[in-house]
Amino acid sequence: MSEWVGVALFIMAGLAFGVVGIGVSFLVHPRSKNRYKLETYECGIPVEGSAWGRFKAQYFTFALIFVIFDVEVIYLYPWAVSFVQLGLAGLVKMFIFIFILVLGLWYAWKEGALEWK
Amino acid sequence: MENIFVNAAGGIRNLLESAGLPGLAVDLIVLTVIFVAILVFVLLNVLWLVYMERKVSAFIQCRIGPNRVGPMGLFQTIADTVKLISKEIIIPKNTNKKLFLLAPVMIFMPPMAVFAVTPFGKGMVALDLNIGVYYFVALASLSTVIIWTAGWTSNNKYSLLGSMRVVAQMVSYEVPLLLSIVGVVLLTGTLNLTGIITSQQSVWFIFLQPLAFLIYLIAAVAETNRTPFDLVEGESEIITGPFTEYSGMGFAFFFLAEYANVLLVSMLASILFLGGWLAPFGLTFIPSWIWLLLKVYLMIFILMWLRWTYPRIRIDQMMAFCWKVLVPLAIVNIFVTGIGKYLYESVRW
Repeated sequence: MSEWVGVALFIMAGLAFGVVGIGVSFLVHPRSKNRYKLETYECGIPVEGSAWGRFKAQYFTFALIFVIFDVEVIYLYPWAVSFVQLGLAGLVKMFIFIFILVLGLWYAWKEGALEWK
Repeated sequence: MENIFVNAAGGIRNLLESAGLPGLAVDLIVLTVIFVAILVFVLLNVLWLVYMERKVSAFIQCRIGPNRVGPMGLFQTIADTVKLISKEIIIPKNTNKKLFLLAPVMIFMPPMAVFAVTPFGKGMVALDLNIGVYYFVALASLSTVIIWTAGWTSNNKYSLLGSMRVVAQMVSYEVPLLLSIVGVVLLTGTLNLTGIITSQQSVWFIFLQPLAFLIYLIAAVAETNRTPFDLVEGESEIITGPFTEYSGMGFAFFFLAEYANVLLVSMLASILFLGGWLAPFGLTFIPSWIWLLLKVYLMIFILMWLRWTYPRIRIDQMMAFCWKVLVPLAIVNIFVTGIGKYLYESVRW
């Protein structure tokens, strides 16, 4: 239990470091006003539209495949830790589990989800 | 020399306990002192790494590198940091101002939180979590979200491209990274980082898991967004990507956090594969924390060497290499390791 208090302390202290760094910079940095300074940077030409819009859907397919594999890995770690106790049965079961996932990867590959178009 | 830091922490604890403080308060104060020590260690290393990167790149490209500020240019990074603190943090008018500032504030949190569980030497670990590897994996992926926030809130086309590439690249390369660590966990049967180090007493895991080490190394380069996988920043095409709109200290935080991540992945590589603080050839008269630092700097040098030797690759090549080469190889590695471990256990039985 006290370990997790320590984890919370480290996360808060990490955040505090960032707050202090940016805060100190706000205290000492110079301020100057300029009509064009607050424009979005676009190589010097006038800004054309907003960047918050539709975007290439290819990224989404990769995100989907990632979620599947990431969830798989969550199950792989406990299996790896208790590998010796599980014996042959655990080995065979996990190989079936991984095989199904490899099947999924093969399907995604075949359907062209891994191609960058 | 060996126990200098352990004894210092113990001394502070004894001093506080003899002052009559309650147990929890003593724990918290000691942890805070350790946090400050780790922060100082990380910042000093980061400052040194920026200098080292510039010197290594200079020697690889037959230049001299920074040589004006201080002896051999040693104070160059400190001068740069002081300059960045005194520069204005410009918040462009079309941004989401709160999130725009929140991203650089949060960027140092994941690496610092992971340093809480990494052993810096024999007995030198702030929190000896029994699920250390899980903790690393969970927190390391947080920086993806933070960098993405930085890019998206900037409302800049280059930042948008960069942040989308961050998500695609870091998310993809996380899969082979996680799968390669499974091989090590299979051999040790523990997720505790100290436990993983002590089980390498007879042989380092780089010799038992050479394929996993290679996969980890490549994935680690991609996770830290360094060349040849620096499409996220790609100065010549998308102007440092998500960090385009950041100036002053906001930019400095992203820059420093990148090197903190380099330090972190090198540390994990030496803990998981190179025996951590274990001394090779029985050279135990050199303290364990010096051995760990030597191994970490060997890994960092390899990362820098890679960066200044290879050109940037295309995004389609990068994604294809991850999903069509690294992931299948990592799965094969788990298969082979599982069968090998099973045979080894049954023979010993």
